[in-house]
Amino acid sequence: MNLTHTRPSADVIDKSEQGKFPKHKLEELRGRGYVIFCVLLLIVIMFSIVYFIASRGLTPFLSQGVSIGNMLGGLKWAPEADSPTFGALPFLFGSFSTSLLAAVIAAPLGICAAIFMTEMMPKVGKNILQPAIELLAGVPSVVYGFVGLSVIVPFLRDIFPGQGVGILAGAIVLSVMILPTITTVATDALRSLPAGLKEGSYALGATRWQTISRLVIPTTLPSLMTGVVLGIARAFGEALAVQMVIGNAPHIPHSLTESAATLTSIITLSMGNTTSGSLHNNALWSLALILLIMTFLFVFIVRLLERRVKRA
Amino acid sequence: MKAKSVDRIMTGVIVGIGFLIIALLAALLGYLLIRGVGHISWHFLTSAPQSIRAGGGIGPQLFNSLFLLVLTMIITVPLGLGAGIYMSEYAKQNRLTAFIRLIVEVLSSFPSIVVGLFGLLVIVNRFGLGLSLMSGALALTVFNLPLMVRITEQALRAVPREQKEAGLALGLSRWRTITTVMLPISLPAIVTGTILAAGRVFGEAAALLFTAGMSSPRLDFTDWNPLHHTSPLNPFRPAETLAVHIWKVNSEGLAPDAAQIAAGASAVLIITVLLFNLGARWLGRVLHRKLTAGR
Repeated sequence: MNLTHTRPSADVIDKSEQGKFPKHKLEELRGRGYVIFCVLLLIVIMFSIVYFIASRGLTPFLSQGVSIGNMLGGLKWAPEADSPTFGALPFLFGSFSTSLLAAVIAAPLGICAAIFMTEMMPKVGKNILQPAIELLAGVPSVVYGFVGLSVIVPFLRDIFPGQGVGILAGAIVLSVMILPTITTVATDALRSLPAGLKEGSYALGATRWQTISRLVIPTTLPSLMTGVVLGIARAFGEALAVQMVIGNAPHIPHSLTESAATLTSIITLSMGNTTSGSLHNNALWSLALILLIMTFLFVFIVRLLERRVKRA
Repeated sequence: MKAKSVDRIMTGVIVGIGFLIIALLAALLGYLLIRGVGHISWHFLTSAPQSIRAGGGIGPQLFNSLFLLVLTMIITVPLGLGAGIYMSEYAKQNRLTAFIRLIVEVLSSFPSIVVGLFGLLVIVNRFGLGLSLMSGALALTVFNLPLMVRITEQALRAVPREQKEAGLALGLSRWRTITTVMLPISLPAIVTGTILAAGRVFGEAAALLFTAGMSSPRLDFTDWNPLHHTSPLNPFRPAETLAVHIWKVNSEGLAPDAAQIAAGASAVLIITVLLFNLGARWLGRVLHRKLTAGR
């Protein structure tokens, strides 16, 4: 009965022009309006983050007489001195060295775990390792920091000279944190490899390791790299877990077990103690801006790698 | 047979690493539980923290974490569903959609401390919400929204095309088809993803330091009027969450039993995350069985 009622759609459109709207069109319009509002909100949030952090972070360079070169290349961070200097190189060094070292530790482990799950023991992988990795991904970062502080730091203190805190402790904590990211991406990449490729290799008489090392890894390399870059990005932006184990001394350390600092750790420590608008405070916003720019850079690299995956 | 022995060695190495990672997780969990569970008691879970004396609890922090979680999800879920529906059903294959996708990707890779700083600048100061639960919830929304969008989009894309077409063929509007046909089918996946996202909110700390604050004013748990100052339900009061508390106790705790408190609170946090994880899987399975003919 409804059919005969709604069939002449031309009439309906005519009516709508007179201000009478059919119910189903109204609800469609309302729904569409709502989802467009949600998406617009996302865009607004994104641009306001960039705008607000950039506007504060650029102030020291534009109107407070700090030069970009001095900040990026300066070795001395003395914001409260009589003639304050804002050399952020120690923090840049700390951030890069901890996250890269973490990737160096976690990448082989994560990729091996992925090979284990897809090529060697899929049953153990699916039933034990996969849930374990997912659980590892859900552990809050402060808990990693706590374990780092109460297990890894004392352990390193016993082996190496010094307090045990520093880049090595930070990198170990971060490597456990980014292991799930690298493993998950690598597992997806290995699973999506066409079975025919591997069968061809086995048919030629290659062993499993020859197949893995000469065919599987080279073919999936861009995807594996994507996982590693995502891991580095996560490590670079991690704040509290690193801050708890790195020692927070604002200089470039001479060894891996000497107290150091990262961009995130100095922001965490100092942001609450400075007055808004002061040069010291604005310099911290500049560090946040560096973090923001690095995020864009990481997304860009991931995009480049993904394009290579698609072309392959 | 050199290739064969290399193969055997490498197989051993990789299997070894696989089991090493399993052992690592078991050790991590075991350490946290063994060190922490002994300290968990009813008193620990319900009493207020002490700043310099021993015997403080985590009652307000635990409540704050749960309340913040609820607030955040109330804001995030509708917005994330909306944007996710747009991305999977309304977005055309064009430049604009690619651009929005890029925005979601960038937004989801912002470090949480940057999101927290944005919250400090805009929500706390400009909107004048101060260090409060509401500011914290809004900051976490920024942090969680891209995840929610992705979960919704993937869940909707997994709906069989025929079911969507059947809805449209019956003359339902697109919106009706989405809300009455597609959303129920994708509900198990959405619920599972949402609970996992909620677990992330529960453990987040960096974004909350400068938005929800690091202090917890005295709460009167007999006063449930959300407008009162000491009421636990007041969303405009500063609130230290459990994760923030662990960080604070570890870095500047003065109580003599700070280490035990941190261990106990970490155990509570990890047990909650475990429950979220298992609960998400269980609920996803149950819903799937209830709502579809599948097993």
